[in-house]
Amino acid sequence: MFDSADMFRAFQAHRGKAIVLVTGTSGRDWGEISTDKDRDLSLQGAMGQTNSASLGFALSQPDEKVVLFDSEGSLQMNLGVLATVAGKKPKNFFHFLMDNECYATTGGQPVPNASEINYAGMAREAGYAATFEFDNLEEFTNNIENIMKEEGPVFVAMKMIPKIENEPIGRRVRKPQRSRAETITAVRAELGITA
Amino acid sequence: MVQQQAALLKPETLIEEFRKNGVTHIVTIPDSETNYLYELMKEQPWLDIVPTSREGETFAIALGLNVGGKVPVCVIQNTGMMESGDSIRGMAIDAAFPLVMLIGYRGWNRRGVITDSAARYTETFLNAMGINYYLVEHDDDAPRISVAFEESKKNNRPVAVLVGDEYHGFNRV
Repeated sequence: MFDSADMFRAFQAHRGKAIVLVTGTSGRDWGEISTDKDRDLSLQGAMGQTNSASLGFALSQPDEKVVLFDSEGSLQMNLGVLATVAGKKPKNFFHFLMDNECYATTGGQPVPNASEINYAGMAREAGYAATFEFDNLEEFTNNIENIMKEEGPVFVAMKMIPKIENEPIGRRVRKPQRSRAETITAVRAELGITA
Repeated sequence: MVQQQAALLKPETLIEEFRKNGVTHIVTIPDSETNYLYELMKEQPWLDIVPTSREGETFAIALGLNVGGKVPVCVIQNTGMMESGDSIRGMAIDAAFPLVMLIGYRGWNRRGVITDSAARYTETFLNAMGINYYLVEHDDDAPRISVAFEESKKNNRPVAVLVGDEYHGFNRV
């Protein structure tokens, strides 16, 4: 397992002009690491559906690289998205999975079959063009440049150290985040999209 | 017999409504009664079909498409709409963008007793979500589809079109 903040730093170096979306507790590290916030898009808002929303955006902008950092809890709620993505074959879609094997935001309870499930295998058999698996930072860092040159849809499964939250929700200190609507406005302005 | 045929809701009518209202993408799970519509949609060069694995996905994909400047329509059955409750809430209503959802009204009929709970709860569900809806049964109802598009644009909200006669006319017999 490796740290999501370290993983994001390694990715940032090879992000280029990609539109980036995140979800899950591990995804919260991205906000402090991203250096191109006008290309950070939030489409969270329903259980397990950020991946489908990201696919929709990728289909709408085929000339833009779209990178989603999904979580395994989210993916398990919407596993069919693997077939949906593979069926549309978006060449610009990069689907990273931050797998910490648990629901970190609710206290660290394990997701079903947490340590034995093979998400990259599922994506491969669903029909993704390329799949990768990493459980350590060094290997990930050595490969991320070439991964970002692949033709999509690409799936990258990564074992992340869980950042478990046990405080009651009302007592948790949240890092300030832009709202979904703010990121949509910024990305549309950046790409010249008229709604 | 001639009158009966003329009263049908033809898939071509729906396609024309989509074209007229600038639809670019159909996000869908087909059902057996909409197969002809599905085949017809695939033939339209200006229309991109996005087949999904579960109905909840359709609203999330539609949001992503809308953010990217496209005009999606969700085409699903009432059973799938009810399965999609959280997605409709978070990805459609809360996201506040124009979206027409074309819903196959399984179990509905104009005469007699409705025995299918899928039909019994359809309008109850839409009312609970605060989503306005229009019933279409035949070609004469087609203008209601354009009304739904206009209303969704004006209010930045989802509007449902309930297809009460899933393209075959059986429900009125």
